[in-house]
Amino acid sequence: MHLQNLHLLSFKNYEHLDLEFPKDINCIVGANGVGKTNLLDAINYLCMTKSAFNYVDNQNIKHGDPFFLVEGEIDSGERKFKIHCSLKNGRKKSFRLNKKEYEKVSEHIGKFPCVLITPYDTDLVREGSEIRRKFMDNTISQTDKIYLDNLLKYNHLIRQRNNLLKYFFENRTFDQDLLDSYNEPIIGLGKSIYEKRNAFVEEFLPIFLENYAFISDEAEPVALTYQSHHQTANFEEEFRRNIKKDLQLQRTCMGIHKDDFLFEISNYPLKKFGSQGQQKSFVISLKLAQFQVIYEITQNKPLLLLDDIFDKLDDNRIAKLLELVSKGTFGQIFLTDARPERSAVLLDNMREKVAFYNMEEIIPGT
Amino acid sequence: MNFPSRLVEDAVTEISKLPGIGKKTALRLVLHLLKEEEQTTELLAKALFKLRAEIKYCKHCHNISDDDICAICSSTVRDKSMICIVESSSDVMAIENTSQYYGLYHVLGGVISPIEGIGPSDLNIDSLLERMAGNEVKEVILALNSTMEADTTSFYLTKKLKNFDVKITSIARGVPIGGELEFTDEITLGRSILRRVSYE
Ligand SMILES: [Zn+2]
Repeated sequence: MHLQNLHLLSFKNYEHLDLEFPKDINCIVGANGVGKTNLLDAINYLCMTKSAFNYVDNQNIKHGDPFFLVEGEIDSGERKFKIHCSLKNGRKKSFRLNKKEYEKVSEHIGKFPCVLITPYDTDLVREGSEIRRKFMDNTISQTDKIYLDNLLKYNHLIRQRNNLLKYFFENRTFDQDLLDSYNEPIIGLGKSIYEKRNAFVEEFLPIFLENYAFISDEAEPVALTYQSHHQTANFEEEFRRNIKKDLQLQRTCMGIHKDDFLFEISNYPLKKFGSQGQQKSFVISLKLAQFQVIYEITQNKPLLLLDDIFDKLDDNRIAKLLELVSKGTFGQIFLTDARPERSAVLLDNMREKVAFYNMEEIIPGT
Repeated sequence: MNFPSRLVEDAVTEISKLPGIGKKTALRLVLHLLKEEEQTTELLAKALFKLRAEIKYCKHCHNISDDDICAICSSTVRDKSMICIVESSSDVMAIENTSQYYGLYHVLGGVISPIEGIGPSDLNIDSLLERMAGNEVKEVILALNSTMEADTTSFYLTKKLKNFDVKITSIARGVPIGGELEFTDEITLGRSILRRVSYE
């Protein structure tokens, strides 16, 4: 898979940008604030239909402009695809593949996979469960359309059920038949999402452990465990029995929307007991495993977006990552660096061609 | 958007509440009306006013009607043992245009959606159950749209209908006529395979 070009209008800090990309390594350089990460985010838009950093679409419009446009052409090896994403302020996002508008934008996800490694990845360790679910969902969604569809449906039903709970609570009323009309599909979809996550973690885990061992030189044992309410013996009963609490809080307290993934190092929580370096190794290994799993299932090497890794990783981990690059593990790579001379040295003895883009020269006046 | 007049702004606000009409289009319509003769606006307003004041909804099926009971419900040739449940009058028109159905209808007037504050009591569900109590109905056909809210509503209706001795069916969904398999979305295609029918 090869992203051949990128065309931006009024996207984030870019008024106008046209770039062509060769197959191998694309190194985007320039001072901080010039918009290197935004360029990776534009590629993320083409693959994932949204920003990796700001889910509010219209906040990605260049300040003061009425719309944004992101376009790119991808050569899959067999065919060429033109991807178009645009948003007029206050309108619905338009997303097209070869000029054909998607009925549901989510249908696009998984067609052109991508994996993004950013300095923010350590949030996966530090923050609440939502970001870990998002990571897993992002990975599974890129390999399984039915999963994504079920997940979107599930989330919508939970929103409806929570509104219903609120209505019951505020109006001191109750309708078991109506509640069941939400309970049944929520329990059903929840079960299939749980089973998929469970099966997926089984597949993901050995690949993750292998990557961690490689990145950290097998320094210490790590673990990743899936936790879900569905693991309780009588989930369905428990879920229904929880209605009193649900009504009090006016939201659904049990289900896969509360799932978590426990990260451990030497049998202790990584968040508390892992050093910064260990946490970085952990999340890089998660991302590398994400890349590998998507590749194994789809036989399509995701675009690899590496944001500022030379600055944020220590030499050991950079060396490990570059070892993977030189082994041809990845397909097309996009990386950003504020210091071009450092990238030039690090990437000097790669077999792959490296193209440099100095954003300070490409967008003058910044 | 800045308006030169409060009157224009009010008119634009009202018109842009219509489905598919944004503020820009609404403004164009308003300016058009101002340019035309006064009578044009008067006739439009009168027609709309009369529409709201005089339109009736069938007392049995809630379909749009000029009389208390609509033409379908008062027809002597229609099969009164079948009721087809739809969301709106436009769905009745669509099914009538197929000329494939000779039973009666029941227009719900929407679907259940707590997010939008629509519950069962906002829809014509009680009157449906009243119609069922007559014991004349042998089959209820669920013909709601293919949305999650419609699915929830269908689910709720089957719960409410289970106390009646009636067959509950749902319209079939699948690959469109003239449609190609490779361009059919996976959910529809998967469902069509699971619910395949014997070949005739
Ligand atoms: Zn009628």
